[in-house]
Amino acid sequence: MLNNVLRRVGYGLLVVLLVTFSVSLLLSLAPGSVAQTILGEEATPDNIAALNAALGYDRPFIVQYVDWLWHAIRGDLGTSPITYIPVTESILQRLPVTLEIAVLALLISLVIAIPLAVLAASRPGSMIDRLISALTSVFLSVPAFVAGPILIFFFAVSLNWFPALGWVPLERGDLGANLRAALLPAFAAGITEIAAFQRVFRADLISTLREDYVSAARAKGLGKNYVMFRHAFRPSSFSLLTISGLSLARLIGGTIVVEMLFVLPGLGQFISSSVMTNDIVAVQGTVAFIAVVFVVMNMLVDLSYGIVDPRVRRAPTAKKRKVAKKEEVAA
Amino acid sequence: MIPTTSISIRTKKSLRPTSAKSGVPYVAPMRRQFSALVWFSYIWIGLVVFAAVFAPILPIPAYDAVAGPGRLPPSFSNGSFELWLGTDAVGRSLLSRLVYGAQVSLVVGTVATTVGVLLGTLLGLIAGYFRGAIDWVITLVADVILSFPVLVLLLAVTAIFSPSIWVILIGLSVSSIPTFLRITRANTMAWASRDFVRAAKNMGAGNARILTREVLPNVVPSIAAYIPLVIAALIVAEGSLSFLGLGIPPPTPSWGGMINAGAAVLRNAPYMVFVPATVLFLTVFALNQAGEHLRLKFDRTLQS
Repeated sequence: MLNNVLRRVGYGLLVVLLVTFSVSLLLSLAPGSVAQTILGEEATPDNIAALNAALGYDRPFIVQYVDWLWHAIRGDLGTSPITYIPVTESILQRLPVTLEIAVLALLISLVIAIPLAVLAASRPGSMIDRLISALTSVFLSVPAFVAGPILIFFFAVSLNWFPALGWVPLERGDLGANLRAALLPAFAAGITEIAAFQRVFRADLISTLREDYVSAARAKGLGKNYVMFRHAFRPSSFSLLTISGLSLARLIGGTIVVEMLFVLPGLGQFISSSVMTNDIVAVQGTVAFIAVVFVVMNMLVDLSYGIVDPRVRRAPTAKKRKVAKKEEVAA
Repeated sequence: MIPTTSISIRTKKSLRPTSAKSGVPYVAPMRRQFSALVWFSYIWIGLVVFAAVFAPILPIPAYDAVAGPGRLPPSFSNGSFELWLGTDAVGRSLLSRLVYGAQVSLVVGTVATTVGVLLGTLLGLIAGYFRGAIDWVITLVADVILSFPVLVLLLAVTAIFSPSIWVILIGLSVSSIPTFLRITRANTMAWASRDFVRAAKNMGAGNARILTREVLPNVVPSIAAYIPLVIAALIVAEGSLSFLGLGIPPPTPSWGGMINAGAAVLRNAPYMVFVPATVLFLTVFALNQAGEHLRLKFDRTLQS
């Protein structure tokens, strides 16, 4: 078990190292330099070279990367040459917004997907099952930049139930206003996740409902709903939990569109504005941060197999392979 | 990588034992279930491809030409057919902008997917067949690529090079490689242990021959079934990027850019969002349906 965990963590660290390295390498190809961004158009080449040397940007790439990594490990992702704000500070300031949107998006899609899955699994192959299937296919085909404007038009412009844009920080103490501002963007971001949740959970429910102990429960005369919720529900939710973890990681990196559309001060908006102002230091720090979050979430999901299901604690067993296959299908 | 999440509808065979409830013999749903949707999907895809390919010779105005009064809502009473879908803020026909936007979406989607298929299949075959160190390295590279959310990767690339169709093509191609790599690798591993492959090896066939003649033909259907799903995901990614204003630079129309332009005037001219949004939705939906249909037919891992 411990060996397994160590190997998985080691592999995760290697991926993180390569990810940060490739981000840095990619961004070092950018034309122009940090000094030029700071000094602006009128700077003489001599001034630019001098400032680059003072900031350490004249060193070989690999030295710069090791230096960046050394600081990054200790939580210092550099200082933006445009706003003079430390990148770590900007990220931490915006992370709660993105995190709230992502968690809310996950919750909304689960709340929609689970009842649809239960309904579909209770009569597989029926008309209602096929209707739900078609409905989730529709949800799957509505990306955030389509869902966003349409939701704004109906629920903000026409009905005026929610604000069309803007953010109310939670620190202001008004939870209702905060949720009202977060609901539409979260729904727009999470709508495409519904299909995966519904299908995975439905398939698992159907296979659980075919187990002998479910037949036994039915034979004892227990009601259909009782069997569904007390006997089948929990053993079937294993893969659902797994793909929820992966989905949360994806949502944290995927809220860029809704943050731009709804003008939310989150991470995605930070990346886009940094890209537009050519703020390489900020882009490097944020992209590396998001990628690391992604890798860590993946790793935690992998490791949680062992905690949730003791059968996978040793070698990869049938169950783990089954889940891995499901993920592959889901990805 | 791809934010698509399509899991196929269960095959009918697997549903049979769940009839205990009513006591009535379980009658398998007709084989033609969803066929209307699937037919519609293929027709729509054909229509979009036709419009994109023949855009220059279709009798529609150029995408940057003023065709009528500005902000004309869609209506069949708008006179000539190029105004049926309305006009944008400066009076350009939405119909012709949609048709030329289809060109962009399809070119980006198919070219990037082709590159992803070619490289992903090649690497997947090598990784799945030779295993060992090379498999480890290739899987590691795929995991590194997968660690970037697609849009973040594309944004980072546009931060370096100014937005252009080439930058988008390269970014999307790279991000579509891991999907095909994983499918190919898994299938190759399954096929490479089959008797006929061993027989070929014993008869003295080289690795290259075994891979191209014995393994590849069996892997192709599984890969092909994923192509529409990946094209759909890439069209969405390109649309998101254009929506953020970092995609295909204007005046070339793209569906994402059109939705972005419409979102700015949502209050007064909502149709400027609804028209391109409907077309994009139908295209993505049709590609997803086609992909699921193909996967049910060809993906062996789904057939029990």
